[in-house]
Order: sequence, then C-alpha cells, then structure tokens
Amino acid sequence: MTTASRPFVPHAVGTAMPRPEGPQKVRGTARYTVETPGSDALYLFPVQAGVARGRVTAIDTSAAEALEGVVAVLTHENAPRLAREADADHGVLQSSTIHQHGQYLAAVLATSSESAREAASLVSVEVVEEPHAAVLDEDSPDLYTPEALVVGVTDDTRGDPEAALAASAVTLRRTYRTPMEHHQPLEPHATVACWEDGRLVVHDATQAVSWTRQALAAAFGLDESDVDVVAQHVGGGFGSKGGTHPNTMLTALAAQAVPGRSVRYALTRQQMFDLVGYRPATVQHVALGADREGRLTAITHDVVDQGSKIGEFVEPAAAFSRGMYAAETRRTTHRVVPLDIGVPTFMRAPGEAPGSFAGECAMDELAIELGIDPIELRLRNEPEVDPESGLPYSSRNLVACLRRGAERFGWADRDPAPRARLVDGWWHGTGVGSASFPVPRFPGSEATIRATGTGDTAGYTVEIAASDIGQGARAALTAIAADALDVGVERIDLRIGDTAFGPAGPAGGSAGTTSWGATIVEAADRFRDKYGDHPEDGDEADAHTPDNPWAGEYSMHAFGAHFVEVAVHADTGEIRVPRMLGVFAAGRIVNPLTARSQFLGGMTWGLSAALHEESVLDDRFGHVVNRDFAGYHVATNADVGTLDVEWLDEDDPYVNPMGTKGIGEIGIVGVAAAIANAAYHATGVRVRSLPITLDAFL
Amino acid sequence: MKPFAYERPHDAAGAVATVTADPDAAFLAGGTNLVDHLKLGLAAPSTLVDVTGLTSTEITDLPEGGLRIGAGVRNADFAADERVRARYPALAHALLAGASGQLRNMATTGGNLLQRTRCVYFQDLTTPCNKREPGSGCSALDGWARHHAVLGATHEPADVACVATHPSDMAVALVALEAQVRVLGRDGERAIPLTDLHRLPGDDPTRDTTLAHGELITAVDLPASPIAAHSTYRKVRDRASYAFALVSVAAALAVDDGGTITDARVALGGVAHVPWRATAAESALVGAPATDDTYRAAARAELVDARPVESPRGGTAFKLPLVTATLAAALRGLAENSAQEAR
Ligand SMILES: Cc1cc2nc3c(=O)[nH]c(=O)nc-3n(C[C@H](O)[C@H](O)[C@H](O)COP(=O)(O)OP(=O)(O)OC[C@H]3O[C@@H](n4cnc5c(N)ncnc54)[C@H](O)[C@@H]3O)c2cc1C
Ligand code: SF4
Repeated sequence: MTTASRPFVPHAVGTAMPRPEGPQKVRGTARYTVETPGSDALYLFPVQAGVARGRVTAIDTSAAEALEGVVAVLTHENAPRLAREADADHGVLQSSTIHQHGQYLAAVLATSSESAREAASLVSVEVVEEPHAAVLDEDSPDLYTPEALVVGVTDDTRGDPEAALAASAVTLRRTYRTPMEHHQPLEPHATVACWEDGRLVVHDATQAVSWTRQALAAAFGLDESDVDVVAQHVGGGFGSKGGTHPNTMLTALAAQAVPGRSVRYALTRQQMFDLVGYRPATVQHVALGADREGRLTAITHDVVDQGSKIGEFVEPAAAFSRGMYAAETRRTTHRVVPLDIGVPTFMRAPGEAPGSFAGECAMDELAIELGIDPIELRLRNEPEVDPESGLPYSSRNLVACLRRGAERFGWADRDPAPRARLVDGWWHGTGVGSASFPVPRFPGSEATIRATGTGDTAGYTVEIAASDIGQGARAALTAIAADALDVGVERIDLRIGDTAFGPAGPAGGSAGTTSWGATIVEAADRFRDKYGDHPEDGDEADAHTPDNPWAGEYSMHAFGAHFVEVAVHADTGEIRVPRMLGVFAAGRIVNPLTARSQFLGGMTWGLSAALHEESVLDDRFGHVVNRDFAGYHVATNADVGTLDVEWLDEDDPYVNPMGTKGIGEIGIVGVAAAIANAAYHATGVRVRSLPITLDAFL
Repeated sequence: MKPFAYERPHDAAGAVATVTADPDAAFLAGGTNLVDHLKLGLAAPSTLVDVTGLTSTEITDLPEGGLRIGAGVRNADFAADERVRARYPALAHALLAGASGQLRNMATTGGNLLQRTRCVYFQDLTTPCNKREPGSGCSALDGWARHHAVLGATHEPADVACVATHPSDMAVALVALEAQVRVLGRDGERAIPLTDLHRLPGDDPTRDTTLAHGELITAVDLPASPIAAHSTYRKVRDRASYAFALVSVAAALAVDDGGTITDARVALGGVAHVPWRATAAESALVGAPATDDTYRAAARAELVDARPVESPRGGTAFKLPLVTATLAAALRGLAENSAQEAR
C-alpha cells in the first residue's frame, strides 16, 4: 500500500478540542451498553463456581424455574452447543468441568434483574472438588517457557551476560515483585445480545468491536457478516475490554435460547474480579553489571509470571529492559506458572508497568552503589541505536525529558543522602524513573469518507469502527479527518463504534489514534485524489490501514521521565506523594486537552499501582478476596498531590502522517519506580515489592 | 436477593414491636451497610422496617452540659455541628475520617454503631466464616487478615474462632468520650454505656452486640467533659481517604503546667471486635510526664495481652508497633496543643 501523498498539515490537530460527546456524557444522555433498549428484554444473572477446580455432578434448577418471571435456566446440560471446540474460557456452559473459581455454571433469564438474581441463588449445584494450584511458586514443576510474547520473542540473549556480570567492577542482583491487579473500569462489562433470523446483534462494552465480532463468529460458527457488534460509549477498559471474555459469550449463548428477545447482562463489581482478566503477578530477577563510571556491561531481567491453565497471556515485563539502556551484554527471559485461575490479559502498559518498576528501581540502586546521580547514570547509558533491533530511532528524546524534568523539578539541589530531610514529622525524599513505550500500528482498519452536500460547504461523513472508551477518540479522529481533508472540524461527521463500518483495530496498545488516524488520512488522500476539494454529494472513497514504509528502518518509541516527591510519616509509616512531574516526548500531540488527561490519568494510575492496588488471591480458595472498591484500593483524590505535566515538541516524520506516537500508557511507565526510589531517599528503606504500604517503614 | 416486605411504622414503638415479633425482620436506617449485605446475600430479612424519621434527627443540649444525638442524625450533620466540633473535636474528626461524603450524607448514628465487620471472608458466601455460618471455621486466621484484631479475639477453638474488627470510626471516639446509648425495647427504654454495647466474640462470634433482637437505638448521650475539648482522632489507613482504619486512636489529654499528665482518655480502633477503650494505657498516662517515653509505655501497657493474627497470607503483627506509633503521634499532638494554649 502507498502512503499519504500530500503532506499532513495540522490545523485542528494540536488545538485543544473538547470531546464532542462531552455534553451528552455530562447530562447522562450518552447511552452505555446496558442502557441499550431491546425488544422483549430479559435479564441474565449467572450461577458461579465456588471452587477452583472440580466437576459438576448434579445441578437442580427446578426451584429457580418455578419462580415468577423466570423464562429459562441454562446449564451445561441444556445450553445451546457452540459451533466448535471453543477454548475453556470461551466455552461457557459446554461441559461439567470447573477450571476456575467464579466460572459460570448456569445462567438464569428472567423478566427482571431482581428475579434473575433471586432465581440464581435458588439453583443448587453439586460439585466434586479436586485439588487446585493457585500459588505463584517459582519452583513449581509446572513452570513453562511460553512460545512467544505479544511483543516478540520470549527469551533474548546477547553476548555472555553472566561472564560480564562476573567480571564487572560493580554487580547488583535484586528481586522485585508486583502483584495481581484488576483493571476495574467504572463501567462494568456489559452485553446486550439478540438473535434474529440467524443473525447475532450484540451491544457490548468493548474496546474493539471487530475483535468481539471475530470471537463471537468463531464461537458460534457464523460468518462475520452475520454478526453485528456495537459500542457507542464505553466507560473505560484499560485492556480488560480488549479481548472477549466469558460474559459476552454467555450472554450471546443465552440469547440463542430465546430468539427474538434481547438478553442483557452487566457484571457486578465482585464478578469483575473473576472473569474479565487481570494483570498477572510477577517475580522479577534483575542483575546489572557496570564499570566504576557507571557504564553498563550487562543487564539481565528474568521474569516469572502468574498464569492460567486454561489460557495464556504472558506479562512481557522483561521486554522493558531490551531497549531502555545500552549494555554490552543482555538477557531477558519469561517463564509462566500455570494455575487454576482465570486468564490474565493486557492491562494498561502490559509489560512496561511492572517491568519498569524492576528496571528503574535497579538503576536507582546501582546509582547509589556507584555514588553517581541517578539521572547521570541514565545519561551515561543512552544507546546510539535501539539495542533490541539495532535500528536507529525515529526519534528518542529520553535525555531531553530527563534534563528538562530535572530543571523543572529542581533536581540540581538534591542531596543524595537518604533519611536526611525530616519536615513536621515526615521524612521527605525525591526520586526519578524513565519511561518508554513502543509505537505500534494495528493493521486491518477500514475507513470510508463520503461527501454530504456539494462544493465548499460539503460535509464529510467519516466512518471507522474505532472505539471511544473515554480516551477521546471522537475528538482526536475528528481533528485528524478535518486536517486530512483540509476543512474545519464542523464539517466532519465522525461515526465510530459499529462493525457496520468494516473491520478496525482496537482502542489499545496506545495505537488507536495512530492506526485509525493513518487509515483516515489514507482514505482522505484517496478521496481528494478522486474528487478534489469540491466533491459532489455522495462521492465516496475508502481505505485500509496502510503499512508504515519506515517500519523496518527505524525503531519507534515514545519516551518520558517521572520525578516525584514522597513523604513518609516518621511515626506511622504512612506514605504520601505531594508532588509529581512527568515530562514526555511522544510525537505530535493531537488534542492537548484530552492528552493532558491521558498523562495525568496515567501518572495517577502509576501512583495507584505503587501504593494501593493489589488483588489478594487467596490460594486456599483460588479467588480474589478483596473483591470490591472498599477492599481493592485505587488512589483517591486525597492521595494525589500536585501533578505537573509537560510534553516536548517532537517532530517525527516516520511514525505516521500525523507524527503521533500514542500517549495512553506511557504516563504509567516508571512511576512506581520513581515513587519507590523517592521512598528510599526519604527513609533509607528500599521496598522491592508492590504495593508499598506503611508496614515497610515501621 | 430475596424478596422482602418493606414497612414504615408510625412510631419507634411500632418499629420495635414489628421487629421483635419477627426473628427475620430488620431495621433499615441509611442502608449503606444493610443494602450491601442484601445484595451480597449476607442478610436475607423477611421485612425491612424503615426507621428513618422514627428516631430523632436532632442534636440537643442536655441539662448538665452534654449533648444528645438522635439515632437518626446523619453522620455528615453530626460532624458539622458546631457544638460537637468545639466540645468533642475527636468525634468530629472521627466522623469525617469515615467513609465518603456521599455515604456520610446517608449514614445514621444508629446504623454506624451497628455496622458489621468488613472481614472479607464474612462478606464472601463461598468461604468459611464462624460469624456468618457458625462452626464453619474462620478463614481469616490463616488468610488475608490485614484488617483484623490484635486484642480480645478468639483464636481457638476452631469452630468459634473470630478475629474480626469493628469498623466504625465514630464508635471509637464515642467510647473514649464515655458516651451512653439509649435503647428502646419491648419493655421500654434503657441506657447503657457504649462500652457495653459491643461484645468480644467469646464463644459466639455471630453476635456483635449485647442488644436483643428488636431493640432500637434511639439516641447517644455525650456527657459534659472538659477534657473532651482537648481530644483528637488519628486514623491510620492504607490510603489517604476512603479506607477503613488499620489502627486508629481517639484520645483526650489534660497536662498541667509542669508537663505532667493529669487526666487521659484513650480508645483504639481497628484492633478488636469492639471499639476498644484503652484503660491500661490511660492508667499508665495519668501522673506521668507528657513525653514520648510515656506514650510508648502506655501503648505497651495496653498491648500486654495482645495477640496478633499470625497468618502466612498477611497477619496483624505490624499493628503492634503501629498502635504504639499512632498513640504516640496522637498524644504528642495533643500535648503540644495544650502547651501552646497554656502559653
Ligand atoms: C465503601 C464504604 C466505606 C466506608 N468507610 C467507612 C469508614 O472508613 N469508617 C466508618 O466508620 N464507616 C465506614 N463505612 C460504613 C458506614 O459508616 C456505615 O455503613 C454507616 O454508618 C451505616 O449507617 P446506616 O444508617 O446506613 O445503617 P444501615 O445500613 O441502615 O444499618 C446498619 C445496621 O444497623 C441496624 N440499625 C440501623 N439503625 C438502627 C437503630 N436505630 N437501632 C438498631 N439497629 C439499627 C440495621 O438493622 C443494620 O443491621 C463505609 C461504608 C462503605 C459502603
Ligand atoms: S474473622 Fe470472624 S468474620 Fe472473619 S472469617 Fe473469621 S469468623 Fe468470619
């Protein structure tokens, strides 16, 4: 495929633009999935397994069926069969085997949600329990080497790092741990499904209508053209709404039993801890070798991930260390311990978030060991080319971010001595952490541009099955379309969130704007080639995502640097973060308004991961026991101090026509490390396990 | 959720009669705890008797200088009352340290006292719990027990063990301030010291309080207390707001010009099945110099019989130094304040 033939001139891009759907959201009229009206609506409530492994030997639904308002109770004995041998996660109600706590064992359909819920509690299930495994044990005999990561090879070794470590003037070996975490978007996963004349129409809280369609078509043996998936507004996803989970399958399956009626199901907050993915816990062994001047001679980063026996997602935590710093030798590996628990999935900054905690804490520890300023240590290990691919960078401004951040934060006056600043009963300290995030492009989106009206005032309908999950896709893509067509934003009518518009990549991987935007620019180019700038009503052009011709020639990443101040109470160990600064070099910023929110949100996420978030998996039972927002802590307003964000102007002609890099995730990367590093500086106590809680300082 | 009847009797006596007559009926106040329990399947009452408007929503002055707080007073209004803020600052602090603004707008004095433990195993129908299902065992003993007890808990025998804590902040301050609870039963009204309302699990962890089924809390009386004006509430938790206490301290202190402690009130939260009046600590404080050593000695005295949960999945051993640290921080702050006032 060709690339855009005319230069992309930003007008709307780079200008602050409020979300077009903002007023609707504020007024409560924006319709989320579960509010989709449906014909003859039925409510679904599931029955879930109370054991982690075993078999259903009997299931009695008579009491549930007798309840007023109950239309059907589906179990593995009477549910419609899926078309093919679906995997265990998607094969809902297909067998008596229990492979995780919380697994769906039955589904009640009733005319009200209350009746469905009550009936579900009346279903009695007999189960034979079998022994299960739920401990992340590095010495587990089941430990295995996955075939590949989502971002490349499982293991990668350059040179002889062990020999280099043995010969290094300074060697640091440390183990870091990160916990299981759950995405918990405010809008729970929800689905409204209806079968009509063999066609399946699904409204789903998803980050990728196309992916959901694919998964449903495969499970039900349908042509993709016989499945419609719609998601107009999605209340956050963070990766948990990227893949398709058993809840969507269950709702579609149940709807198949009642053709013509729409079936709706929104998960309870507790169910959100069972079935829609999580970030797996990691154990990370990091070793750094360096000479006295701080030049790295070896980096090893060996990761053991928590995993599931019924499906694989490998948290690619060591991948962070493949490109961050120069070193003569390097090893990165990933192993997985498969457990009788649900399937993990992508969670905002998969790999980078936990990987940067280990990598950037280790750099801080090395800096202290060497007596070198931690920023200076990073500068001394700045690579000329991407250490992983050997390619030059399309642009790499980590150094600029560190320098600018140091200046803005006031780093120059920093006394490196730990436990040296006691102010009003609180120990204060500061810390730094670097960030990087790749610039991927998802293939396979399709955009259509159609003129409505004629001549200078023609409007343009732009259709693409992109997803707005709150990140601001509507605003960003409207601006990109306007600039690509060289018209004002008011002439763009953007339509997204519906498979009727063809296939599209997901809102994920910080690649939505890049992938959809490049597709829209391509379609706009074709449109203008064909019809010029004075089209006739109904003129239409479409395009698929073009390949990036520079993909094999440059390594493409966004970079950033985080600076934080931490205060730890001298008596109680309570930990606060009064001040955070993030400086980013992430290409051209499409919409400063929503971009700022993405960075602030990312930094807050990083703070939350550093201090609060932990899904407590009780291995005796095999499920998460702190299963609500009172138990699973995320940062509150009171936990967030002053947040300061700056982005550097960056002109990168290689990433895509718009020059954008993706900003959804980089705000998180390195934050937890910066906080742990600052906590050490404050107290002299090094915490290598997240979340960092007050007991560490007592 | 099981269907239930909903009733609004005309008066408090009617509410008491209805609930007393039906072992499965329950009072409903703000509903911020009970409605959650209905959803979780933890409570399945036959009838909800709504007491909103049946108990006082007023805070009134008592003849001897104290205050009477109606059981229907919302936590938000309670915290904002000028008299409470001036005369019982620990109480205003404690209320504001609890839950969130939205919840405090709904939560009532009566409901707050009778909220149930947040033990995660209690709230999860799939795990054993002696409080929820007598004799099934205590999952917290070897489980995730970060929020559990160090004082007065039952560790054995297994079929009655319970190491849960009472989650209320308000109750800790009320206990330190020697409040009385007024209770209406079938046979009329009685007043009991708040320290006698909640009970330790003993050999029956299913019972949180000494109230009989159907007894209605109508008010809380705060006695006049000069020392209460020099009181504070210090809550330590896993995030800055909107979290239950790991450990909390309600304290009041009187220090003479020579720096000697002449009077003290101390209660602890997050450590026991009850809001814990720390009488041993109080005795250790009175007559001693207002110094960090004294505060720490007082904490040690209170913790003589402490027994943390030693769980491989996160126990409460950390609460012993945390109680000491929190008590020291709270008392030091009070002593510094009274020193400043004296100047
Ligand atoms: C997310 C969350 C966070 C919270 N955080 C905190 C916190 O940090 N600190 C804190 O202290 N609390 C906290 N709470 C708890 C909150 O304070 C209580 O839920 C609230 O005080 C209960 O009051 P209510 O009126 O809503 O009681 P309800 O839920 O209506 O009732 C609770 C119980 O009391 C009984 N009852 C109510 N009124 C009477 C009466 N007059 N006489 C006899 N029985 C009665 C009911 O039958 C029921 O058993 C939190 C709650 C939530 C949901
Ligand atoms: S501590 Fe008490 S409430 Fe918690 S599981 Fe044990 S018995 Fe149940």
